[in-house]
Amino acid sequence: MPIINDTVFFDERAHGEALEKALKMTPQEVVLEVRESGLRGRGGAGFPTGTKWMLALTAKSDKKFVVCNADEGEPGTFKDRVLLSEYTKLVLEGIVIGGYAIQAQKGFIYLRGEYAYLYEYLNDYLERMRKEKRLGKNILGTNFDFDIEIRLGSGAYVCGEETALIESLEGHRGEARNRPPFPVNTGYLGYPTIVNNVETFACAYIVISKGAQWFSKYGTEKSKGMKLISVSGDCKKPGVYEVPFGIKVKELLELVGAEDTKAVQIGGASGICVPMSEIDRNISFEDIPTGGSVIIFNQNRNMLEVLKNFMEFFVEESCGQCTPCRIGNKKLLEGVELLEEGKCSHKYLNELIELGKTMQIASKCGLGQSSPNPFISIVTNFKDEIMSNSIRGKNGY
Amino acid sequence: MIVPDNNVIVNEVEKLIEKYGSGRENLLPVLQDIQRKFGFISDFAMQEIAHKMNIHPVEVYGVVTFYSFLSTEPKGKYIIRLCKTISCDLAGKDAVANTLQRELGLKFGETSSDRKFTLEYCHCIGMCDQGPAMLINEQVYTKLTPSKVIEIIENLK
Repeated sequence: MPIINDTVFFDERAHGEALEKALKMTPQEVVLEVRESGLRGRGGAGFPTGTKWMLALTAKSDKKFVVCNADEGEPGTFKDRVLLSEYTKLVLEGIVIGGYAIQAQKGFIYLRGEYAYLYEYLNDYLERMRKEKRLGKNILGTNFDFDIEIRLGSGAYVCGEETALIESLEGHRGEARNRPPFPVNTGYLGYPTIVNNVETFACAYIVISKGAQWFSKYGTEKSKGMKLISVSGDCKKPGVYEVPFGIKVKELLELVGAEDTKAVQIGGASGICVPMSEIDRNISFEDIPTGGSVIIFNQNRNMLEVLKNFMEFFVEESCGQCTPCRIGNKKLLEGVELLEEGKCSHKYLNELIELGKTMQIASKCGLGQSSPNPFISIVTNFKDEIMSNSIRGKNGY
Repeated sequence: MIVPDNNVIVNEVEKLIEKYGSGRENLLPVLQDIQRKFGFISDFAMQEIAHKMNIHPVEVYGVVTFYSFLSTEPKGKYIIRLCKTISCDLAGKDAVANTLQRELGLKFGETSSDRKFTLEYCHCIGMCDQGPAMLINEQVYTKLTPSKVIEIIENLK
């Protein structure tokens, strides 16, 4: 098992000074460096960051915006909170580098309302950066002007979706837009906008500081670099781990001291549930993609209760805009309740799986497209348990 | 807490519009500050904001009712939000939930008659490695146990 000796984030001496370096390069060179590193979006979708930045750089507009998506709402994820509070420089200067790369004038941090206690700390940090000429007018003596404003969310999970987030920034309900047009040409107030995850900006900082080649040493063919994983649930050492992409689920379980494990939920509520028979699979965009949430369940856990928790979450957090998501999640939750009462036939269960697959195709945004994932993977992988639950009655008693 | 009279709201809205600007993109920060100051956003406040921002009051109402941290009904001075997502659930959320209900004499979703406490559930607050966790206003409390909860509530009473 590969013990992780190289740490990108947790060793501050290794961070270097990326902002100085970036401002000596041309914006094109910064974007090309990021593209060469193979860095992909750390929020979970994995869009190539360099490509996104290139599209925004080449978009013609007098105004451009950078948005840092700090609406970390996926159940089981907390690595962005750790990055923002303990590795603040990487994130904030990563945003400035992003701003320079696409030649934007303004950046936003969309900080989830649940993290409001970080607001003052981050604002003070920005103020310090302005005093040190690392933010504001003529950054580090160059003619690059850029400032960052923090905006708070107000408790809506769907605002983590980039177009819903932009709607929210514009003062609207957080309802996702149709894509295309993509934010890189029609974003905040109609201007070209890049929306990147907190960790993506921190990675961009590292890429510039250490070079694309160094960064792409880690990970797999299509998933370069290290990944922060938030581990919670039944294990001895929950917390944030930095692992190379491609790590096997089995290796991660050993690392965090998980024993007597029954299943691992990877990717949060919108992720998939991996049973023990599949722990040789790996965490990467090629196999199991994730924004970084890993929740571990031991043998004593009732998978139907787990599933019910996830489905209640989606029913409440669906914005209600499109029908497959609004009605579909309700139907899946009703299905879980039927299973609890022992009234769900196998035929109806299969129909619900089909409904889930329809939602994956027909929903407007990522929320509805991924909300059936736990339903499908849990009822498929734990069919005996789920169905015996139904024979014996509620909670298997 | 006394329900604020309309003049106070007019002044506050004016102050906030001056601070943030009257463009629609500043609607959320204005609403968040009104919520923080008065504990809710009244019909009058929504109309006043709509008037000052030159948008329809229904637009403001639509936004307020979309976000779970904004409310059209008065909330308590202390809003307690217990995380009910899976990791906190596995870590023993139910015992904490029972304690909160018993000690406050409230069910989830209720506000005390003296408007001191509101008890609510919320979804993942990113404290999954230190559950069960809850927020009281903007402060976070982790690794909760029944006795810890009793102490926290006593200190607020």
